[in-house]
Amino acid sequence: MTPDRDRSPEPAPEAAAIDLPEPPAGAEEQEGRSMSLFSRRPGRPEASLDDPVFHLSDLDVWYGDHQAVRDVTMTIGRRQITAMIGPSGCGKSTVIRCLNRMNDLIPGARVVGKVSYHGENLYDPEVDPIEVRRRIGMVFQKPNPFPKSVYDNVAYGPRVNGMKGKLDDIVEEALTGAALWDEVKDNLKGSALALSGGQQQRLCIARAIAVRPEVVLMDEPCSALDPIATAKIEDLMAGLASEFTIVIVTHNMQQAARISDYTAFFTSDIDPAGVRHGRLVEYDATEKIFENPVDQRTEDYITGRFG
Amino acid sequence: MTAPAAKPAAGTGSRSLRQAHPRYAEQLVKALLMIAALVSVATTIGIVIALIPPTVDFFQRVGVWEFLSGTVWTALFAEPEYGVLPLLAATLLITGIAVAVAIPVGLGAAIYLSEYAHPRTRKLLKPTLEVLAGIPTVVYGFFALAFVTPRLQDWWPFGGDGPEIKNALSAGLVMGVMIVPTIASLAEDAMAAVPRSLRDGAYALGSGRRTVAVRVVVPAALSGIVAAFVLGISRAIGETMIVLIAAGARPDLSWNPLHEMQTMTAFIAGAASGDVSTASFEYKTIFAVGAYLFVLTFVMNVISIRLVRKYREVYE
Repeated sequence: MTPDRDRSPEPAPEAAAIDLPEPPAGAEEQEGRSMSLFSRRPGRPEASLDDPVFHLSDLDVWYGDHQAVRDVTMTIGRRQITAMIGPSGCGKSTVIRCLNRMNDLIPGARVVGKVSYHGENLYDPEVDPIEVRRRIGMVFQKPNPFPKSVYDNVAYGPRVNGMKGKLDDIVEEALTGAALWDEVKDNLKGSALALSGGQQQRLCIARAIAVRPEVVLMDEPCSALDPIATAKIEDLMAGLASEFTIVIVTHNMQQAARISDYTAFFTSDIDPAGVRHGRLVEYDATEKIFENPVDQRTEDYITGRFG
Repeated sequence: MTAPAAKPAAGTGSRSLRQAHPRYAEQLVKALLMIAALVSVATTIGIVIALIPPTVDFFQRVGVWEFLSGTVWTALFAEPEYGVLPLLAATLLITGIAVAVAIPVGLGAAIYLSEYAHPRTRKLLKPTLEVLAGIPTVVYGFFALAFVTPRLQDWWPFGGDGPEIKNALSAGLVMGVMIVPTIASLAEDAMAAVPRSLRDGAYALGSGRRTVAVRVVVPAALSGIVAAFVLGISRAIGETMIVLIAAGARPDLSWNPLHEMQTMTAFIAGAASGDVSTASFEYKTIFAVGAYLFVLTFVMNVISIRLVRKYREVYE
């Protein structure tokens, strides 16, 4: 859709030539991994987990008696775009909602294991989920602007969090950051619900970055959008990654390949009792996952044989 | 199945696409449902028609201004005066007390049920609250007279003579309690209908429950919440039994809630159940007061609908 897409979804031909140590499924620290295969976006640092933001270890998530996700261990790097892919029901949305404790809002949800954020366990009893969500923002599957004006939507977070600074400037900066300013600057008092779906989603991104979080979680942010709006959001994410750590759940493998630095492939398996659990199959640099996956299930999924 | 296929394209085969039989049952159901919908409209029209002739008769003898601005109401006395203000004052005062109790408590209960309560708590509490709405008003009236007023008299801490046996305060307080379930239940319905995604969006920005409730859920549910208020207030204005029993039958323009006073509804109920001849002029006063009450509630509803249209935040 956009001619200036700087990453091709097709694997580069030299893919097979790269020689990397095989990481275990759910790789932890990956030191100094340097990837030069895909033409990286100009100005983007190398894909790297040297500077971790999250470290998930042995994460299990339960909804009531049902274990939805088991044994997820992975590290998410600072200012990286980390994609979570996998078939429906594999637990990727559940895992992303653990990263800002949104699962707390689901009655019966329970998290076992550790999600450390800069070394601090998010699930420690002393940790305030409100403070967590203030630093780790989220964009949802369906655009969910508040039924307020464009301005009030973006100003909501700064107001609620008592942010200092001139509100008008914060709003303008956030809208500019979300590549929406030019489209709405003349009608900031207009209803957010009058915007198109793609504009609403970019408004939701503006709303999330207005509180200047460190991390922006995106749970299938493009699944309700048409290809043009999707392309705009993908372009936007590339820019946002210079400032924010981005974790994105997507159903769209091409999207993961185009935009992400690291990719986690989840799937679900059925235990002998017939219960379905989501689990992390493979996690590695995106190039590696798409060109030379270790696990057969990953390969089957990305080549379209399954899922 | 070759026969239909063999026919020319224009043909529709042996079975026509036209309707074979008129669907009488469908039409009957439609007619019955429409009648059901029209009953309430027809009743309203009927009430207006019934109110108009006696009201017109009344205003041929008593001036409209005299009625609206007069400060003495002695309609059933030998030398009657028809100033409706004392009745209006009592209605407004008691409704005001009731609303002052019911809106904060009702809205608070609704916010608690919708935003704070554990689902299990809500499942238990909401039906309980709704049962309160089913208690006959005569029970509330008796409760006000026999329980609340004596307690108020015993504990009156402000000096003076304290509340009279019949008084506006206890009628208003109990009436407020009576309309709490109506307001709480309807407002909770409106808030429960606000999409989860809006709450998630607000929580994800680092809002606490209170902020989500006050800044997102209540504004989005405002039209339903105001509708709940309007229904509650309308019930309060129209409520008769509590005021008849607990507030008394003496028209009083003092605006003192400790006094006995007569509301418009209490006058209508008292006069209509008394020994006023249906042919007499006194009888027509009932209709005049009734028509005034009707106009007041009608105007209030129209204003509140306007307000809601102006301020509500429409989602979807």
